[in-house]
Amino acid sequence: MAKMNMLQAINNALDLAMAKDDSVVCFGEDVGHFGGVFRATSKLQEKYGKARCFNTPLTEQGIAGFANGMAAQGMKPVAEIQFADYIFPAFDQIVNETAKFRYRSGDEFNVGGLVLRSPYGGGIAGGHYHSQSPEAYFAHTPGLKVIIPRNPYQAKGLLLASIASPDPVIFFEPKKLYRASTGEVPEEYYEIELGKAEVTQQGKDITVLAWGAQMEIVQKAVDMAAKEGISCEVIDLRSILPWDAETVAQSVMKTGRLVINHEAPLTGGFAGEIAATIQKMCFLHLESPIERVCGLDTPYPLALEKEYVADHLKTYEAIKRAINF
Amino acid sequence: MTNPNNATITTVHTAEFTAGDALKIPTLRILRDDGSLYDGATEPELDKTTALKMYDTMVFVRVLDERMLAAQRQGRISFYMQCLGEEATTVGSAAALDDKDMIMAQYREQGALRYRGFSLEQFMNQLFSNEKDLGKGRQMPVHYGSKDIHYMTISSPLGTQIPQASGYAYAQKLRGLKNTTICYFGEGAASEGDFHAGLNMAAVHKAPVIFFCRNNGYAISTPANEQFVGDGIASRGVGYGMKAIRVDGTDILAVYQATKMARDYALEHNEPILIEAMAYRLGAHSSSDDPSGYRSKEEEEKWRHNDPISRYRLWLIAKGWLNEAEDKSTIDALRSEILEALKVAEKVAKPGIEHLISDVYKEPIPALQQQLDELKAHIRKYPDAYPITAGRLD
Ligand SMILES: Cc1ncc(C[n+]2csc(CCOP(=O)(O)OP(=O)(O)O)c2C)c(N)n1
Repeated sequence: MAKMNMLQAINNALDLAMAKDDSVVCFGEDVGHFGGVFRATSKLQEKYGKARCFNTPLTEQGIAGFANGMAAQGMKPVAEIQFADYIFPAFDQIVNETAKFRYRSGDEFNVGGLVLRSPYGGGIAGGHYHSQSPEAYFAHTPGLKVIIPRNPYQAKGLLLASIASPDPVIFFEPKKLYRASTGEVPEEYYEIELGKAEVTQQGKDITVLAWGAQMEIVQKAVDMAAKEGISCEVIDLRSILPWDAETVAQSVMKTGRLVINHEAPLTGGFAGEIAATIQKMCFLHLESPIERVCGLDTPYPLALEKEYVADHLKTYEAIKRAINF
Repeated sequence: MTNPNNATITTVHTAEFTAGDALKIPTLRILRDDGSLYDGATEPELDKTTALKMYDTMVFVRVLDERMLAAQRQGRISFYMQCLGEEATTVGSAAALDDKDMIMAQYREQGALRYRGFSLEQFMNQLFSNEKDLGKGRQMPVHYGSKDIHYMTISSPLGTQIPQASGYAYAQKLRGLKNTTICYFGEGAASEGDFHAGLNMAAVHKAPVIFFCRNNGYAISTPANEQFVGDGIASRGVGYGMKAIRVDGTDILAVYQATKMARDYALEHNEPILIEAMAYRLGAHSSSDDPSGYRSKEEEEKWRHNDPISRYRLWLIAKGWLNEAEDKSTIDALRSEILEALKVAEKVAKPGIEHLISDVYKEPIPALQQQLDELKAHIRKYPDAYPITAGRLD
């Protein structure tokens, strides 16, 4: 075990993947010698050469399209999109191509092994172009896997599993936690299964669900609730697509209540999908309406970020509303 | 058959490739480092008032950049981007335009913005995202914009302004306006799909837009030679069928001259035109960047000698339009003026909470109004957690 922050864990995962398999390559804007603007690919060019870790021109559609081509040829491109806010120029390549390669060709061709990594989320005074959480757009696209880790241990295991996955993966990394989140991480290769949620705390009164950077926030709320004798079960979804409805439903059948928290705006956010599914699976067990604590239906602001975010106080209030319903 | 260009296509009967470097576009230089003109160069027609306004603008942005970078390091603003070494590109081009020509910038064009008359207070209000900021405190520092002075508000996603500029200029033409649009972008942004789409749209639809590439050698850490192969960005304009010119971006007279000609040509022929200004980004990419990780001090030193301001200053002095002693005192005065404005702006309140939901739509949709009402009730319950807005709820 070694103490790592999330960036070091990601770097370590990439290093191991490249050492293990020659077909793994890393590229993106500033990814080469500089190691990426956040330094996730630090030293990889030095170690594996310019052919396997390189800068690309500044074109996200080019990056995604290039990755599609490489993956279709059988390699495992791990491409970085510098900020999740800038993934949209690549939207067509991802949604129409990456996601549908296997389906449209009857599995003649596929882009398994392709991973698009991208820092996402707010909390860094980035305003609306450096703070978005676009997971719901991609969750609406059959054929993609969408993964969001919450700490270094997960980041490494989930990224290695994503690279090994036979399906293309969009891997969103909470940039607010890049350096802030540290923990013990095994130095050897390991994978964390995609599509499985993690119950991070057992409880009996209510289930509180989140992913990525929001996990810290809900934990704060849950700790506040505990002081009032409310016992919360806490779940980290980890995989947005496919998502682990079974684990969530089992928890809700036990607790009878559910609060879902995400950073993205409420309307059309992934919490809506979860609420609808859980309502169907757990209808007779529910003792209060499923609560959603999300960003406002506005772009992510700069000056009034505190007011905007789905913070611990709003989550705490939602927990109490559900309990006192 | 249906391709009108077929008529102009010449034929040969031996196979031969046209090499990528067949097109070599020269660089226009007028002013030497010592403030004298190159042999054979003619200086553009510039009256004293304009020439001095250009100088003052360059000096202003240099001092502003210096001061605000320091303010960022002191933690007074979250982020900053300077244009050190590139002042002549944006000031020289803006000076060659009509005040009503539209400017669509990338983010490092404070020179053009200042030349247009954006006030020191307006700069500060944006940088401090306070309630007097025209953009209502929503964007990161340096994302300026002002309708009054025809400066489109900056958007962070790179290249998106390029096809928009084509459309804007096309609409100017349809409306019979005698104005152009100038569109600034970096050589990095010229790799985006939007660049290619925008140039092609403008060329095909004959939009009087001036595409202005600031080629400063780097896109964050990526040097130009890892950004593109071949003869820079200027040749791409030619590839799309428009006229192009390359200028020394540290030579304000060359930039001015080229832009003046480009504007005249664009308006007279209703055609787009591409200018590539070769300069160097002497500073860091932004306050979050450290260039020592990707380039050498020696390389930077070489470019320091190309300082666009000192060269122009020498020319102005030689002409008898500028007096060295006065110049020094202006710079000192400017420093304290900027510091004063900074102190004022940082004390101005943040935008009110109603601006969380305003301007998403013309009128807030019902969901937004409801979300705001709930938020206000929540803040009333926890006033200590939301100190910026809690004391100001209606
Ligand atoms: C679509 C998009 N991708 C990535 C970024 C992140 N980014 C901001 S500035 C920059 C480099 C731009 O370089 P260039 O266009 O050459 O302009 P310069 O900074 O050199 O003036 C990058 C990659 C962005 N803002 N938008």
